[in-house]
Amino acid sequence: MPTMNMLQAINNALDIAMAEDERVICFGEDVGVFGGVFRATSHLQERYGKARCFNTPLVEQGIIGFANGLAAQGSVPVAEIQFADYIFPAFDQIVNETAKFRFRSGDLFNVGGLTIRTPYGGGISGGLYHSQSPEAYFAHTPGLKVVVPRNPYQAKGLLLASIRDPDPVLFFEPKRLYRASTGEVPEDDYQLPIGEAEVIKEGSDITLLGWGAQMEIIDRAVELAEKAGISCEVIDLRSILPWDEDTVVESVLKTGRLLISHEAPRTGGFAGEIAATIQERCFLYLESPIARVTGLDTPFPLTLEKEYLPDHLKVYEAIRASVEF
Amino acid sequence: MTTTEDVHALAFMTGDEFHIPTYRLLRQDGSLFEGADVPDLDQDQEKALRLYRAMLVTRVLDERMMAAQRQGRLSFYMQCTGEEAAVVGATAALDDADMIMAQYREQGALVYRGFTYDEFMNQLFGNELDYGKGRQMPIHYGSRKLHYMTISSPLATQIPQATGYAYGQKLAGEGHCTITFFGEGAASEGDFHAALNMAAVHEVPVIFFCRNNGYAISTPAHEQFAADGIAPRAFGYRMHVIRVDGNDVLAVYRATQAARTIAVEKNQPVLIEAMTYRLAAHSSSDDPSGYRSRKEEDAWREKDPILRMRRWLSGKGWWSDDEEKELQESLRREVLETMKRAEKRPPPPLDSLVTDVYADVTPALQRQLDALKQHIRRYPDDYPKGALSLDPGVRAEDVADKPADDDRGGA
Repeated sequence: MPTMNMLQAINNALDIAMAEDERVICFGEDVGVFGGVFRATSHLQERYGKARCFNTPLVEQGIIGFANGLAAQGSVPVAEIQFADYIFPAFDQIVNETAKFRFRSGDLFNVGGLTIRTPYGGGISGGLYHSQSPEAYFAHTPGLKVVVPRNPYQAKGLLLASIRDPDPVLFFEPKRLYRASTGEVPEDDYQLPIGEAEVIKEGSDITLLGWGAQMEIIDRAVELAEKAGISCEVIDLRSILPWDEDTVVESVLKTGRLLISHEAPRTGGFAGEIAATIQERCFLYLESPIARVTGLDTPFPLTLEKEYLPDHLKVYEAIRASVEF
Repeated sequence: MTTTEDVHALAFMTGDEFHIPTYRLLRQDGSLFEGADVPDLDQDQEKALRLYRAMLVTRVLDERMMAAQRQGRLSFYMQCTGEEAAVVGATAALDDADMIMAQYREQGALVYRGFTYDEFMNQLFGNELDYGKGRQMPIHYGSRKLHYMTISSPLATQIPQATGYAYGQKLAGEGHCTITFFGEGAASEGDFHAALNMAAVHEVPVIFFCRNNGYAISTPAHEQFAADGIAPRAFGYRMHVIRVDGNDVLAVYRATQAARTIAVEKNQPVLIEAMTYRLAAHSSSDDPSGYRSRKEEDAWREKDPILRMRRWLSGKGWWSDDEEKELQESLRREVLETMKRAEKRPPPPLDSLVTDVYADVTPALQRQLDALKQHIRRYPDDYPKGALSLDPGVRAEDVADKPADDDRGGA
């Protein structure tokens, strides 16, 4: 089995999807001959022609509006937004159009073929506008699916599933891990399920929940916690919307404690939704308050990035506080 | 592609260099202008009458349904009045399988393609037969079989979607194009710019059809843009463009027909600006007397596009006053009958609240629906429409908002 980094895995998934189905079309800013500013679409134009992999003008609302129309026509667009920070000009097209297309037409029309790929997250000295994690804005939008992979194997399997899913999917790629995360990835076609969390590690004292690049931070915190004799159960949520309540509930009923960690700011972050749901469904089993280790409620800073981020030490301290509550 | 030549004397350009004339074929008295190029419609009585009938059906529908809204039988309505020639004329110039992505004032396009009064009414009343399952406000029509994309309220969002849809049609290679209708107000949205630029860059078979009717709700066109309307913007995108008299059905038809040829044969987009006037209020929630004069409206009533076409048809001996009277009366009867039918039909089932959000109902949504059903069973009288589908024994008549048997619709 070949070793790939996350970009290679994504590129490989796009290659497979385009080879299999000529309706799959990739476009966005700089994705054409250049292959994308991160090279996720390398060689696709060369292989599948300019009609199926091309640069668009620099206009995010246009990219997604175009993608919505193309998907409604029956094509399978995979649109790229260069950074998740720049998805907001397309917010109206995504929230009012993409998400509501099937519902409002009574299923006469849909844009289920659409996948929107976009790099997200901090840790790369990206400052305010190359670091954001906007998943919670979209989690408040019925009709969308929101998916975040944590490693190359997941990125390929979840991206292929997203492209073939009957609903529109927002696919957030942790850019800090694009080249940093490597692993064995099957060359063959495979898919991982959307809407299902994955229990990565079983434990008995506390449940740790995260997604995307934050899973690596959680893993480092777990190493410290296990040395201190705390048994951690680790869950990768994988899909923010719809999210897998049952897997998290089952885990918390067993451990009695829950810590959720994400890079995005705390207030209105998706951890709040999870915490409220678990409190409703596991009330009598909780032995300590549900902990949230998140970014601060500030814009994402440049110089003090390390201080801002919910790193492994902050997660570790929160684990201890929860267990010792 | 940018090309430029050097100059060495300072000179700004202001945009005043661009003037676009208005293409007109038909005078208000129904005669053709001297030297007017005559469209094939001039030799096609069947098609001309199909077109005229669609304009009249639209007019009668609009007048009756606005009256029904005033009676409280309908929550909301919007008329196409004054713009029938622009909308129906353009639609008649297309292939019936070309995609139409409209704004909301284009019911005439649906009429031309054969959407029935029953289909209109089911949407307006949001009953169980509405294709949209009663989810959207009245006038948000859609028809897959007639290639008419479901309307949504956010302005201009359909314009870049039309570019994308047409790009897919180009790849499919079946010789179809997309037309997108929008008002001059919607053209101020960023989506307009995105759509036209992408269409020109990617050589897409799409027709951008702007209904410049002078007003966006209360905002007059001169507060919408400083330039000479919408048409000159096409130069900035290097796009074919024409301005037509929107109340002249022959000019609209001929221009759209030529635009379609450019789109389908050359894979190039075209912008058409139809100059017209919104004769009715913006919607049933609007009163235009607060922002424009009766005199101005009357001047435009004189330019009624339906009257102009009727005179042309009469001049050719294709239409008589008797035929006009008979058709109008039968259409009015038909509207009232279909309205009564639609009003009495039951609402969509409760389950339709959670279907079509996704292709499949998610477990979380199913839980929410189950909880709602339990709640409604406890308070069935407080949720009569929802309770109906939980208990099919309840008769539809008992839950219809306004049982209506009278004919006070006005005309």
